[in-house]
Amino acid sequence: MRVLVAMSGGVDSSVAAARLIAAGHEVVGVTMKLWGGESDTGCCSVSDVDDARRVAQQLGIAHHTWTFSGDFDRHVVDPYVDAHRRGVTPNPCIECNRRLKFDRLLRRAEAVGMQAVATGHHARIVTRADGTRRLARGADAAKDQSYVLYVLRQAELSRTLLPVGELTKAEVRAEAEALGLRTAGKPDSQDVCFITSGRGRRGFLGGRIDLSPGRVVDEAGRVVGSVDAVELVTMGQRRGLGLPGGGAPRYVVDVDVPAATVRVGPERDLLCEHLSLERVVWSAGPPAAAPRSTVTAQCSAHGSPRPARIEPVGDDRVLVRFERRERRVARGQSVVLYEGDEVIGGGIAA
Amino acid sequence: MMAYRAGRGGGRGGGCETGPVLEHPDRRDRPERLTYLDHAATTPLRPAARDAMLPWLGERFGNPSGDHRVARAARQAVDEARDVVADAVGCRPGDVVFTSGGTEADNMAVRGVHAARPGPVLCSAIEHDAVRNPVGLVDGKTVAVDTRGVLDLDALDDALTPDVTLLALMAANNEIGVVQPVEEVAELVRRRAPGAVVHTDAVQAASWLDLRATVAGAGLVAVSSHKVGGPQGVGALIARPGTPLRPLLLGGGQERELRSGTHNVAGIVGMAAALQAAAAEREATAARVGGLRDRLAEGLLSAIPGAVRTGGGRGTPRLPGTLHLCIPGIESEALLFLLDEAGVCASAASACASGAHQASHVLAAMGIGPELGAGALRLSLGWTSTDADVDRALRVIPAAVARLHGVHDRRPAPAGRP
Repeated sequence: MRVLVAMSGGVDSSVAAARLIAAGHEVVGVTMKLWGGESDTGCCSVSDVDDARRVAQQLGIAHHTWTFSGDFDRHVVDPYVDAHRRGVTPNPCIECNRRLKFDRLLRRAEAVGMQAVATGHHARIVTRADGTRRLARGADAAKDQSYVLYVLRQAELSRTLLPVGELTKAEVRAEAEALGLRTAGKPDSQDVCFITSGRGRRGFLGGRIDLSPGRVVDEAGRVVGSVDAVELVTMGQRRGLGLPGGGAPRYVVDVDVPAATVRVGPERDLLCEHLSLERVVWSAGPPAAAPRSTVTAQCSAHGSPRPARIEPVGDDRVLVRFERRERRVARGQSVVLYEGDEVIGGGIAA
Repeated sequence: MMAYRAGRGGGRGGGCETGPVLEHPDRRDRPERLTYLDHAATTPLRPAARDAMLPWLGERFGNPSGDHRVARAARQAVDEARDVVADAVGCRPGDVVFTSGGTEADNMAVRGVHAARPGPVLCSAIEHDAVRNPVGLVDGKTVAVDTRGVLDLDALDDALTPDVTLLALMAANNEIGVVQPVEEVAELVRRRAPGAVVHTDAVQAASWLDLRATVAGAGLVAVSSHKVGGPQGVGALIARPGTPLRPLLLGGGQERELRSGTHNVAGIVGMAAALQAAAAEREATAARVGGLRDRLAEGLLSAIPGAVRTGGGRGTPRLPGTLHLCIPGIESEALLFLLDEAGVCASAASACASGAHQASHVLAAMGIGPELGAGALRLSLGWTSTDADVDRALRVIPAAVARLHGVHDRRPAPAGRP
């Protein structure tokens, strides 16, 4: 098969490329140039392009760098900034997968005659008896990335390969080591590629939107503290609220950006019984007419799965009823629905 | 530890009369010859350049600045090369400052003049980044071009205040190949800003135009060795007498204190030989390659629906080797990928260090929108180009474009849209 490997310059996609070559595929490496600004070592810096190119050289495959920075700004960075302006907590890596890797890149790969796109994500693609595919958790539970890939549907799953999903991270590094790949010992990338550790989220957003100071009130509406940027406050946050010490821990339970007000409360106020998701994507269409089917819902990249029942509402909304009261999920966060280890869909907390 | 090999491509084949045999460097080796249409990026080493360099990569050596027979011999090689370069460009040997290439020469021109004589600096809006970025650094301004890609003389007239110290205008553009009116502009500058220096980047023009005539009015001229069939990593800045100039690099004071650093003797010798060889065959090669280019242009324009030739027209001369097209409805990166797979080496003409493409400031300056500019394709022919190259390009390129157009029409719905 002719396979395009999205090579980030990290160890996972390096090994993904090596495994595909070993399996006899015709492989071409592509590094996506997404972010033109400052970056730590994130996925887009020149040194990562260098690493990807050097690994491709070592493997004897062609390597191309494709620029999608305009699309990245439009579909990932601008919405990220806008979401914060509205007090919503976005997940830019998921939008990047949705709009860039598994849309823009996949379409171009197809246009140039490649039959599949492979990435170094730690997740698996399994085929069910009825021939439909599902995304499943990676073999390495601690490194599982199925959460950030829930946006893949049949059309994408059928043209995607995840060659390291069956391996643990340690096995990936061992393979890279055995092949002498220069990325074998490279640290895992962290966080959002366009947010640098030096300037942080505040520095990044502060240059793009006006950050507004806000007051912190308790359940009775009394002012108990203050924040200097209400746009940066997240549901469930405990620190940085200017609260007096002592007493039971209090958490952010509501953020109202237009009113520049953050409400705090005890942990019980943070709990909820159900959750509404919008922009829902189903891996293989909405679940058949079996309302209230039991699933687990994962509410953050490394969150633990919570048992729940789901009730689809129309085509792209779903009500998630937790089996026991769970912590609320910040608006804008993705919630991914699993049957066992397999993703059936997901959406964004409304 | 892997044994060091310089690339993968050179193992088989060997040379032939007309130039190097080019082979696929990747594991997907294919037997056919490559069709190399990226001579504006770099052109193969001319045999005369290689022959001139070989002794300096073998038994001959020496630091030209020394005071003994080995040094003197190296010095003589550099001085003789200087004579050859001076003859090719039309200057005195003492005006030639050898550099590490065109980029250094351009940087030295802009920053060196600005350091010697601070004041307003101008450059055309289509200069290479090697000029544009230094001009930006000294807060210079750009002067517009028209839709042909030629400097707008009215705009220049408006911008040319008497205090301007430098105007940079390339002899011919690297992306679209359009030749600029350097002599006319130099005359205008002499009248309007008599104290200003004209710098011309003649990197692309050197293979094709007789610089002795076309850039005689420029006080500073940048040339690059590898664009004319010499080795990479060497070039020169011509600084005519009286040009105010400070060095970029300080050190041992080589090149009349203007460019410190031990001479790249092999490179300098190779550059001179390449310039001489290019000059000797200039008219014949320009006529031959111009004919190939015209056939390629006609064939592609008739075979690719909607394709437009970029710039030029209305009697505007272009370099004989360059063909720039904008093809609607496709993306350069996808087209270049398909061409590469078919063994056709071409360019979108604007790339950064990571190899990624960026929007072209040249096309933007000509008023070409991002949509049409997204499908930019530069095909550049050179001294090794043949009829077979054109035949092959005419088979491969329209087919690749058709494929991209076809696939785009039935692209799958994108993933998980809201």
